[in-house]
Amino acid sequence: MMYAVLCYNDEQMVCGWSKEQDEKVMEALHVAHEKWEKAGKLKPSVRLLPTSAATTLHKAKDMVIDGPYAETKEALLGLYLIDVENLDEALEFSRDLARANPGGAYEMRPIHIYSPGTPIPGAYVAERQYANTPSLKPEAVK
Amino acid sequence: MTDIAWIDAALVASRPQAVAALLRYFRDLDAAEEAYQEACLRALKNWAVNGPPRDPTSWLIMVGRNAALDGVRKRSKQVAMPDEEQVSDLEDVETPMAERLDESQYRDDVLRLLFICCHPDLPATQQIALALRIVSGLSVKQIARAFLVGEAAMEQRITRAKAKVAEAGVPFETPGAVERSERLGAVMAMVYLVFNEGYSAGPKDEARGGLADEAIRLGRLLLRMFSAEPEVMGLLALMLLQHSRADARFDAKGDIVLLEDQDRARWRHKLIQEGVVIVEKAVRHQKTGPYLVQAAIAAIHARAPRFEETDWASIDALYATLERLTPSPVITLNRAVAVSKTKGPQAALDMIEPLEAKLSGYFHFHGARGGLLLQLGRGNDARQSFDKAISLANTAAEAAHIRMHIDRLIADSEKAKRA
Repeated sequence: MMYAVLCYNDEQMVCGWSKEQDEKVMEALHVAHEKWEKAGKLKPSVRLLPTSAATTLHKAKDMVIDGPYAETKEALLGLYLIDVENLDEALEFSRDLARANPGGAYEMRPIHIYSPGTPIPGAYVAERQYANTPSLKPEAVK
Repeated sequence: MTDIAWIDAALVASRPQAVAALLRYFRDLDAAEEAYQEACLRALKNWAVNGPPRDPTSWLIMVGRNAALDGVRKRSKQVAMPDEEQVSDLEDVETPMAERLDESQYRDDVLRLLFICCHPDLPATQQIALALRIVSGLSVKQIARAFLVGEAAMEQRITRAKAKVAEAGVPFETPGAVERSERLGAVMAMVYLVFNEGYSAGPKDEARGGLADEAIRLGRLLLRMFSAEPEVMGLLALMLLQHSRADARFDAKGDIVLLEDQDRARWRHKLIQEGVVIVEKAVRHQKTGPYLVQAAIAAIHARAPRFEETDWASIDALYATLERLTPSPVITLNRAVAVSKTKGPQAALDMIEPLEAKLSGYFHFHGARGGLLLQLGRGNDARQSFDKAISLANTAAEAAHIRMHIDRLIADSEKAKRA
């Protein structure tokens, strides 16, 4: 099973870390990353820029708002990593998605560090994984 | 169990909002500060045992307020408040008592707190000292070291500034839109002053160097509250982009390394990335202001992989916009540097010569003029300008930098004599 692990913390505090404090944490994290990467279980991971760099597209009104998505009613249902020229192109991407999938919002947050992790053999297909999980095989449900 | 470093960082991060809210309750700076100090003491004891509360800022406001009220009650021999040590998270206790502070209330609180530090009667240095003491919570000792004065003198300076502020009366009414934007303007200027104190410090001046980080922290706070203000974005981006070069701006001896000679690999790319993205966001608003234009200029420098690849034509155009927004001989002087790259040193010199009367006491004027004269092969005239610049240098690093030019001039002329 693949998991997305979402990282939350007090941004005011983390942004207030000195360069040395920040590096200390990153080094410690690196040790943990390495262990899981060697085991072939750590896939791409990213460190995001602060929410000061975020822009949010509210899909219903096609409204672009500065800052992160702040509503608490909606839940995070998925995420994309894209490599584009600038914010305008990121917005273009989000608008294309919005046309296909209305409702809610897309927050566009620049990625500061991208680490590819263990290579994923072939294209990863989520359904294929589910198919291999015995309890979820259609015949098992029957 | 909670790590003491975590508690420390949480207290520092919560301070502006907590003190600002307490100021609203007590309407007195000293009382607000005292209440906050008391809350911090209790946090150190409580959080270490019970773990961190979910919302440290609300906890501090709540406990600080209770502690102060408690003091009043004790003095009038009434029943004490329940002890906060019995609960780790005051969520339940807090909800009915303290109104849930929404963003907009925080916003006016913090803006007020910052605003009272920029009282127009206070000279810039006192505004900075007061903001560092009250908003950032630096100790008097730290501030005194940053300004190279004794602790007692700084204590006195801050006390005097506080008295002046108290005399002027703190504006407690909720500001209207115009007033809010006026306050914001004054506060942004003050934050940038703090930044410049840190920026102009040499690499060995750790006491002052930290002020740049402090200003960036305040800039982030402002942007969190005014997330759609292009000028606030501009201010934060400007500080991030200028600070990104901090590690490359001085050499091992502590002398200034010019932009053109800096090792760009030593620029902090995270800060550049964030600064550039924020400029990009702000530009979408099509409402430009001086901070944003300066940030855009800094972003162009930051994006050039090598000095030779700098987009001087855009920088020239942005300086022209800046001249229009805030006419000043200093901006024209900066523009001349871009012009010297696009149209040559003579065009730039023609542009700055008329500024001499206004800028004769300005270090950078003579430094830049000397540099242009040097490029034109007018060594003797350049030497004179450099001598003037040295006599006006504000820091040892500035003087050393100009001296380097002079040394090079002398070396060149001696080489010429020998030849």
